[in-house]
Amino acid sequence: MPRLRITAITASSAMGVGLDAMRSALHGRQGGLTPCDLAGMPAGIWIGRVRAAEAIAPPAPLAAFACRNTRLAELALRQDGFLAAVEAAVARHGAARVAVVMGTSTSGIEETEQAWARRGDGADGALAGYDYARTHDLHALPRYVRARLGLAGPCVSISTACTSGARAFLDAGTLIAAGLADAAVVGGADTLCRLTLHGFGSLELLAKGPTRPCAEDRDGISIGEAAAFALLERAGPGDEGALGLLGAGASSDGHHMSSPHPDGHGAVAAMRAALDSAGLTPAQVDYVNMHGTGTRANDAMEDRAIAHLFGDAVPCSSTKGWTGHTLGASGALEAAVAAICVEDGLVPGCLGVDRPDPSFTARIAVENSAARVDRVLSNSFGFGGSNCALVIGRLP
Amino acid sequence: MTLSVGIAGIGLLAPGLAGWAQAAPVLAGRVPHESAPLTPPAPTLLPATERRRTGPSVRLALAVAIEAVQDSGLVPEELDTVFASSNGEGQVITSILEALHTPDGAISPTQFHNSVHNAAAGYWGIAVGSSRPSVSLGGHDGVFATGLLHAAAQVVAGGQAVLFVAHDVPLPPPLDALRVTTEPFAMALVLVPGPGRHGSLRLAPQPGAAALPDLPGSLVALHVANPVARALPVLAALAGGRAAALDVPMLEDARLHLDVVP
Repeated sequence: MPRLRITAITASSAMGVGLDAMRSALHGRQGGLTPCDLAGMPAGIWIGRVRAAEAIAPPAPLAAFACRNTRLAELALRQDGFLAAVEAAVARHGAARVAVVMGTSTSGIEETEQAWARRGDGADGALAGYDYARTHDLHALPRYVRARLGLAGPCVSISTACTSGARAFLDAGTLIAAGLADAAVVGGADTLCRLTLHGFGSLELLAKGPTRPCAEDRDGISIGEAAAFALLERAGPGDEGALGLLGAGASSDGHHMSSPHPDGHGAVAAMRAALDSAGLTPAQVDYVNMHGTGTRANDAMEDRAIAHLFGDAVPCSSTKGWTGHTLGASGALEAAVAAICVEDGLVPGCLGVDRPDPSFTARIAVENSAARVDRVLSNSFGFGGSNCALVIGRLP
Repeated sequence: MTLSVGIAGIGLLAPGLAGWAQAAPVLAGRVPHESAPLTPPAPTLLPATERRRTGPSVRLALAVAIEAVQDSGLVPEELDTVFASSNGEGQVITSILEALHTPDGAISPTQFHNSVHNAAAGYWGIAVGSSRPSVSLGGHDGVFATGLLHAAAQVVAGGQAVLFVAHDVPLPPPLDALRVTTEPFAMALVLVPGPGRHGSLRLAPQPGAAALPDLPGSLVALHVANPVARALPVLAALAGGRAAALDVPMLEDARLHLDVVP
């Protein structure tokens, strides 16, 4: 994969709106999960809700895109000088040479859920009052981002469950390597909806309090929502030391639709592929940001997979205790977390974990520590046996 | 920017187009197209438990995938894959939405894990025992062009073969009124670096919408009945073994220009 500079990056989640808020939440160990107060959701759970997005409207010409997912995407696009950074990239490359690659698992399906709830009992059951193609449809997110940013390059929607946001980085790298674009706006957005909350509820995977990944007594996932975006460009001379996407790798489990292979073969293959594409050995990684959803099975599998490659030499943790599992946005959100870790020299410890699972053999961090962090490996795993790992760090 | 890839294998299932061997003379205009109801075949590659859980969109995807790979002579578990579908498994999504709006709101765990857009890719991985990378795309009305361009980019960037599968089926009511898809359609191509036994494609994204293509008889109606059927002009050129310059729709303001080189 070509050397790619991350020229700009931003994220909005329950941990905070924009990178400054995320930084202070990470350093201050202030999580954003709260008891679920949305109507019609499973009882007794906690969520990572981004209230600030709920009052946001897309610009008038794009009003038909209005839905929970678009509102959160719009909020995130406005942070951290992201709009200006993309404008500058368009000036450098031309709008047709900037691709949009977006990951989402459920797009704006929450709009369909609302319309469904409004259906009259005696009527013909028709759904009304919204634009399906610009909300529910998977392509709604990249189409919105492309129109909002005035881009004219390739437009791709990726939906590989919980690896979608990470795959967007990998796949944008492929488009740039093939010569279809010089830059790409990548990322993901996923928002709270009944389908995912009740879905994980049906699998009995939802935690009763805020999720505590890697804890000995962890009891499941808290679902969150997030939008996160990055601007990737081919790195040039003089970019040494700048933030970059150093490598990316993927694999499939080929094992089961919703359970990972217990020994983590797929996870190991994705991490190894990411390291190979970056030309790095495991010893050159300073921190592993785990997928770490907080379920018994995922965290145990991931511990085995990480230990297989890294032993106990590299600190690793999940930051989902701050944000919840933001599903198709999590890979992009955690790329922004990785960027902060590199820039601030921070290894964040899992939040709310008194005692990491004593059966784990990887080096699980449960307190923050200051350290030089030049390279972060970030994991994402999803239903359908989808695995993706990114290496984010300082360009050599 | 133009990408070049070879076509090593083709799979196709649509009403009146039952596999490439039967469909090629129809698409070439040598035999009339007669639309016939299509029953997505049960995927025999999967263990019985998994097989029962697959819906029509996944079944079509698996059928054309295996047809294309067998046609190519390549090893299925060694291929990276790109799956593209605008609607996914609408039957599962609709049934979950229905259940969510019943008094207890409980949904089936199996339906939930089958609701992910990469269900077809997941079942393909299980069916052939593949650990190769796989990506699943949406794309609305431009799903065929978007997926094909993406798969071609992977071939060019990675220098290895990629299995590209595009599949869509009609959504059940009430979503069918909001997203009109009236016929099932699935196709697959095994794309390779350099020329393949079915020839080559040169691909270039261009600004502006694509014009409606010239197709024989009832294929015109099929072309607009399913977003994946936007592949028909390309398949017709391949079936006829003739060079063609085609535009397929990608977005309201963008199209994919294709040169088919036999």
